[in-house]
Amino acid sequence: MLLRVLQSGSLWFVLSLLPLLRAVLLLWQGELVNPVEFITRSSGTWALVFLLLTLAITPLRQISGWSGWLQYRRMLGLYAFFYAVLHFGIYLWLDQLFDWAAIVRDIIERPFITVGMLALLLLIPLAMTSTKAMMRRLKRRWGQLHRLIYPIAILAVVHFWWLVKKDLSEPMIYAAVLTLLLGWRCRAWLLGFTGRLKQQNARAHNPHRGQAG
Amino acid sequence: MLIRRPGDILPSEITPKDVFLNRRQFMAAAAGSALLAGEAAAALKGIPSRYSASEQPNSRKEITSYNNFYEFGTSKEDPARNAGSLKTRPWQVVVEGEAGKPKTFGIEEILKLAPLEERIYRLRCVEGWSMVIPWVGIPLASLLKAVQPTGNAKFVAFETLNDPKQMPGLASRVLDWPYREGLRMDEALHPLTILAVGLYGEVLPNQNGAPIRLVVPWKYGFKSIKSIVRIRLQAQQPATSWNLAAPNEYGFYSNVNPAVAHPRWSQATERRIGEFLKRKTLPFNGYGDQVARLYQGMDLAKFF
Repeated sequence: MLLRVLQSGSLWFVLSLLPLLRAVLLLWQGELVNPVEFITRSSGTWALVFLLLTLAITPLRQISGWSGWLQYRRMLGLYAFFYAVLHFGIYLWLDQLFDWAAIVRDIIERPFITVGMLALLLLIPLAMTSTKAMMRRLKRRWGQLHRLIYPIAILAVVHFWWLVKKDLSEPMIYAAVLTLLLGWRCRAWLLGFTGRLKQQNARAHNPHRGQAG
Repeated sequence: MLIRRPGDILPSEITPKDVFLNRRQFMAAAAGSALLAGEAAAALKGIPSRYSASEQPNSRKEITSYNNFYEFGTSKEDPARNAGSLKTRPWQVVVEGEAGKPKTFGIEEILKLAPLEERIYRLRCVEGWSMVIPWVGIPLASLLKAVQPTGNAKFVAFETLNDPKQMPGLASRVLDWPYREGLRMDEALHPLTILAVGLYGEVLPNQNGAPIRLVVPWKYGFKSIKSIVRIRLQAQQPATSWNLAAPNEYGFYSNVNPAVAHPRWSQATERRIGEFLKRKTLPFNGYGDQVARLYQGMDLAKFF
């Protein structure tokens, strides 16, 4: 029973809304001294957290050997997009007051805004092609397209890193987690690569065994 | 415009002298006993000042729960949470360097140097937010004049307490401790520049820089150094903490200037705490009439 609840998508769907609910509650209570700063930071932080959670699915699946993790990946990715759009919307409205000239200048002149904007732009095609139908239509190219998640996550961490005034301890945590998640993939790729090399070598040196194997 | 132009007459000259002296005694006595009691909410009233802004001050809660004071942690909530460990009594301030009469002042002595005034000032943080704060304090000039600066005193250097036992944030090397700030002598002697010892008619809360801090309202907030233990008069421009940490981002002057962007964000607008939408930032934080002449002929983009 518990396992079924834990595995059901709707539970995680509701859990993923908690950061938003918490922000709404805090705003409603009126206790925040700088509410705009809080919701800007909070939405950005959660976009980044969901990006990293999305990237954690593959290692989790490989370590646990349970392929069920995959069913949550699209939802997590879409939540990353959702919080990123919220983050951008708050910036457009409450920070820049829809002053488009100022926004364009900001994007061009301020590197941390540039990389953040780029990360959001790259997320759009991924969100748009997240449906089953698009997956079928794009076939192999779907996988290639969705590898964009790697540069997006890097840009998002850089965005956070560059905006901090001095104390880098928080962005460092995200950078460390991202390094682990990407490192896992590098390791898997290298192991696969050397594995293939060994196989080839073995075949070259021992043609009989190679044929037999 | 909300900014009042100060006249040439000092408040002390308007008040009849006997009343003024009596009040001075009364204030000092009240201040002394209040501070000795060590109560965070002890009364510390100041006489109204013509230098006060006529804007509505932010609430006490806003001013005391949203602070930058890295000695107690780098988040805005950290100082209110952690600054209870700061012992503000007894407290001494060393005033040394290019002075005829260098002296170590006890905090009570400083409170008697001049009548306490209430100064309602705008404070603009370099991060893009601002508040209006009713400080209680004395002009910095009254302290500096007491030690008789020599002709070589061109700058004033300030230092914050550097005691890891009382300040948990010092364990992190986020800045090169102790926190240091500096002013040019004419900035230091300007009547707007004060040493604040109180807030909202009460003793200054620890998270706001107790027991004594600088307030220079036309400069970004980080210039207004907190919990001061050392003041040095000197011939050379002093090193300052944020300038040491990131020289291309924080200059020695750090006057509020909407025309000069921080390298990573614009300074053209600010969010006044308590307001929903941003407002335009004013040159010298709206104190241009009083202080712009200090910088005549200087390229403020170069000396940012």
